[in-house]
Amino acid sequence: MKRILTLLLAGAAFAGVPAIAQTNAPEIPYDADANFLKTPDNVYLGEVGGVAQNSKGDIYVYTRTGHPFVSLGGSRQFMHGGSQLYQFDRNGRFVREVAKDVYGFVFANQVRIDPQDNVWVVDQATNMVMKFDPQGRQVMLLGRKAESINIPTRAAAEGGGGEGGGANAGPPGAGRNQDVFSRPTDVAWDAQGNIFVADGQGNARVAKFDKDGKFIKSWGHKGSGQGEFDQVRSIAVDAQGNVYVADGNNHRIQVFDNNGTFKSQIANLGNPQAICITPGANQSLYVSNSNPPGDIDTAGEIYKMKLDGTMIGKFGKAGRLPKEFGTVNAIDCRNDNNLLVGEIINLRVQKVTLHPAG
Amino acid sequence: MKRFLTSTCALALMFCAGAAQAQLKATITGVPEIPFTAVPNFLKVPAGEILGESVAVATNSKDHVFVYHRSSPTSKLWEFDQNGNFVREIGKGYYGFEFSHSVRVDKNDNIWTVDEGTNMITKFSPEGKVLMVIGRRPPAVNGAVATRTGPNLPDQKYLFCRPTDVAWDPQGNIFISDGYCNNRVVKYTPDGRFITKVGSEKPGKALGEFNLPHGMQVDKNGNVWVADRSNFRYQVLDNNLKPIKEITNLGVGWAACASGGDHQYMFLSNSNPNGNVPGSWDITGEIYKVELDGTVVGKFGKPGKLAPGLQVMHMMDCRDPNRPVLGEIESWRVQRFILQPTPAKQASAR
Repeated sequence: MKRILTLLLAGAAFAGVPAIAQTNAPEIPYDADANFLKTPDNVYLGEVGGVAQNSKGDIYVYTRTGHPFVSLGGSRQFMHGGSQLYQFDRNGRFVREVAKDVYGFVFANQVRIDPQDNVWVVDQATNMVMKFDPQGRQVMLLGRKAESINIPTRAAAEGGGGEGGGANAGPPGAGRNQDVFSRPTDVAWDAQGNIFVADGQGNARVAKFDKDGKFIKSWGHKGSGQGEFDQVRSIAVDAQGNVYVADGNNHRIQVFDNNGTFKSQIANLGNPQAICITPGANQSLYVSNSNPPGDIDTAGEIYKMKLDGTMIGKFGKAGRLPKEFGTVNAIDCRNDNNLLVGEIINLRVQKVTLHPAG
Repeated sequence: MKRFLTSTCALALMFCAGAAQAQLKATITGVPEIPFTAVPNFLKVPAGEILGESVAVATNSKDHVFVYHRSSPTSKLWEFDQNGNFVREIGKGYYGFEFSHSVRVDKNDNIWTVDEGTNMITKFSPEGKVLMVIGRRPPAVNGAVATRTGPNLPDQKYLFCRPTDVAWDPQGNIFISDGYCNNRVVKYTPDGRFITKVGSEKPGKALGEFNLPHGMQVDKNGNVWVADRSNFRYQVLDNNLKPIKEITNLGVGWAACASGGDHQYMFLSNSNPNGNVPGSWDITGEIYKVELDGTVVGKFGKPGKLAPGLQVMHMMDCRDPNRPVLGEIESWRVQRFILQPTPAKQASAR
């Protein structure tokens, strides 16, 4: 039986279809507003990498607006543009573009807001984690954009592989003991301000820095065992400082203590691509079993659970209509049961309101 | 002539797959010329602006004209009013715009763009907001990817390879012709869910196979007309994409347009090839007006760099079958023709 299951899982992975996830979770009734964010004429969201709300209700969207360009006529080729950071107010009205034309914005993957309302942006192409203060000024950077690109390059193999700038002599995906990332995806902090970077889709590790950006340690490499990863897609830290890592192609969330020691895992989550832990004393964990960008006939639901993995319920499915989800890459859960959900293939953010029973 | 071209294609498949210079004199004879005039200075482009390759044109119910043209830094979607005055640009900087191929307006005046650079089909509301997207742009995080050579990759339900056109049946089901590196037509529900397809990534000559399905329309009966360009024909499919017949006597299958009006016609174009190929102006460039049963009732249009000539007519709008709007690749121009109406076909003549 175990062998059959393994074969089935291997087949599912080959076909790019997430493993069957939590089919018994109760449905949570919900509403969704797909037109919550009001963009001016001629401002269009592209694929939404990240969405996050600060303490005042301001909403930041880091989006792949497209049209990155490579310069011609130099001794090397340089890549610029392709993603933008937009700010909206609590009512969804467009406020401004933040950090226009900034050097590190090419392929948006995530934006998160820390407790001091600083805005952290993670870019998967420039391999940078960028911290901006609430006024939009750059205050700290992790990683460095490659100076130039090679032409022709081979597409990084889907599902991991290319170690990029993070390779060293260690196991594949272990990266270097420094802030050199390979397709990083997400960032989180503990109560002391230590920084945890999900690194990522090229590397397969978590890197920890102190609040001033000094490298402390990293853990993990490519694999499926405890403390190993295959596509680190998202990361969150709870009030106790435990680290939750969405381990996409292993269909699970792994939970570590603050120093990276494996504690437990929450399995059978399909393709966990976006996770969020609510603030406050009684914390909940949201995780999206995101559908592949090329298929809307599978997965797409979002789970709500307790931090120990006890299922509370699920909502949604993959699709293109309002209230359906198209490859969720970001969940903001600052306000429990009032979520902002960012989607890749539907080029939008939905405001989702849960109506839990009782 | 056709046989010669076919064997040439077999010898030089790569060249013919591009089909940039393929030309074929139509074998149909005795088709009456439809007299027409061209509206002078039809579209009033704002001062300082210039249309690019005007490969895609459409009108809405108010006779506004939409042009999705190849401009810089990307393709642009411009709206003009019924008098040809510029109204606005839609989708400036939009993620799905790179290299235009088609624009169509549905019965609710939503505007659909087909982009063969991003492989995205986008449904805009009449106000210009994105309502739905089908297909996905290859992610830029992969960097500059080497130009692909060799056989096409296997086709996928929801991803396209240089798609060419979009159409709807009376029920609102969505049809997409796909394209330059797939060779198929795909049918989706109005919500964008896959129903069925015909063809695959492989080019082929049999009915139900395609070699560059370049333009497509669905008639009022729900039948799907496909301009099967590098096969030098049109294919007509039923609503479930089963082939009904082919039309092989109208030259190259470049473009198809299903008219509005009580009596629906299909317009099919034997456009002259790109590149001003020697002799091409003598044997191509005409557009046929066809009954839904296939009867050809007339033709109009001549190749030419100067209006009212057509230099590679790429796509036309025929909401009003007597006032078509025509977009050209190589003359960066959109024209409106006023056709002399053809007599309505008499039922007793059948």
